[in-house]
Amino acid sequence: MFVRPSVNSMDGTSQNTMGGRNIAASLSNASVKFGSFTALSDISLEIGVGEFWTILGPSGCGKSTMLRLVSDLVPPATGAVEILGKTTEAARLAREFAFVFQDATLLPWRSALKNVELPLEMGRKRGIPIPRGDRTPLELLELVGLKGREDSLPHELSGGMRQRVAIARALVCQPKLLLMDEPFGALDEMTRDRLNMQLLEIWRETGVTCLFVTHSIPEAVLLGQKVLMLRAHPGRVKEVIEIDLPEPRTVELRETPEFNRYSSYLRKSLEDC
Amino acid sequence: MAVTETPPDTARADALVEEKVPSVLSQRLVNAILPVGTAVALLMIWQFGVRFFEVPTYIAPAPSDVGAVLRDEFPLLMRNFWPTFTVSVIGFVAGNVAAILIAVAFVHSRVTERAFFPIAVFVNTIPILAIAPILVLIFGPGLTAKVMIAGLICFFPTLVNMVRGLQSVSPQTLELARILSASKSEVFWKIRLPSSLPFLFSALKIAATTCVIGAIVSEWIGADVGLGALIIDSTFNYRSPLLYATVFMSSGLSVLLFASVTITEKLVVRW
Repeated sequence: MFVRPSVNSMDGTSQNTMGGRNIAASLSNASVKFGSFTALSDISLEIGVGEFWTILGPSGCGKSTMLRLVSDLVPPATGAVEILGKTTEAARLAREFAFVFQDATLLPWRSALKNVELPLEMGRKRGIPIPRGDRTPLELLELVGLKGREDSLPHELSGGMRQRVAIARALVCQPKLLLMDEPFGALDEMTRDRLNMQLLEIWRETGVTCLFVTHSIPEAVLLGQKVLMLRAHPGRVKEVIEIDLPEPRTVELRETPEFNRYSSYLRKSLEDC
Repeated sequence: MAVTETPPDTARADALVEEKVPSVLSQRLVNAILPVGTAVALLMIWQFGVRFFEVPTYIAPAPSDVGAVLRDEFPLLMRNFWPTFTVSVIGFVAGNVAAILIAVAFVHSRVTERAFFPIAVFVNTIPILAIAPILVLIFGPGLTAKVMIAGLICFFPTLVNMVRGLQSVSPQTLELARILSASKSEVFWKIRLPSSLPFLFSALKIAATTCVIGAIVSEWIGADVGLGALIIDSTFNYRSPLLYATVFMSSGLSVLLFASVTITEKLVVRW
């Protein structure tokens, strides 16, 4: 693979690799301002390819803003954001990342399958070919466990099913980076557990890098290899906690003392944010 | 769709009390018979009231008189029905198409909206009865003025609803479109326009009945055919049964147009 020579490579802190680790997304001294309000201040992070990060923090700490910064929805006021060595705009045009919102944001007049196909129909006039993943939209629906429901309209599906359609839609262009903004926040506990496990399976199978915003501490520990704790007013990085739990993660892990240690540590950390 | 008010639990409870399937069926029958029966009863009260108090026919005809006119004068009624039908339908199409196009312009350009929306509101505040003679003076007694009056009365509700419909897309859906690098026209055709359809159809249902009002009002002024002209004619000649029959035909026309819009909506808006 061609490695782009980096400006900083001389001092040993390359932008694209760090100790042999490929970087999916990097933020350097990035901040976001809405008028005079500073939503995020001086964020520096490197997220390795294939890693699963969960983002925790008190409300108003800019968790969602951070995903929007990475996905080119809000511009950085200062600093820079790169995805796989590209600008966020170039990455957006090349469909390097996909976004899963808290609401499934499906188009209600389109069937499940047609919703999954939406990304293939949009943005065709930009002159940049839309990448097609290895899996067809139908196979993706099968991957998220919705085989046979491809013709259903969103209102005929449950909340969990709709969110699974949204995940299939996010995967249709085979993104390298999956940004998720509390995707299971509105679901009941059981459904959430099931979807968490399904998401981890997809993550292992596709090798996609995940950035997952949540307000649930157990969810953050269960899913994340790394938990990014943000602090509010203004939003900035408090700490990054590595979660060293055995893979593959299962729901039963939550009963173990290690899991509880991480949970209580994060709870304390969250309290003095 | 009949209104089956009985929740499943009650149905099961009914089944236990030995009635089973007929309970749902008879419930539906009751739902259908109730309004029809009430209407028949009211007509009978009217019929006997008019006969009993010996009300002169030219003041209030009995339903049987109106029925007789509907039967005997049916060719005359139909001769006047079709011109009104034509004006209503052309006015409906013209008024709504104009409203939809202007709504699209408003949504695409805030400046246009700020410039023209107050004018649209002002035009809407002019009573249709007041503006109709002006339009007849300008455009003459032909089809143009009539269609404009019928169209004008449809225009405003559709404009307001359509603007709302086109703006009803959630911010997250627009963020999704941006992440997919969608162009403005893709957002319009694939997201905004379909989103607006439920709003559009509720406006079209209003327009389906108001365009008939517009058509009839337009025929009050200097027209010699149409249900509106027939209403004026039969009123001035004290032919009350004919007047009532004409009113009945007018509301029949509204029902016809309303039903067409409702059926189209069922076929188009399936979500």
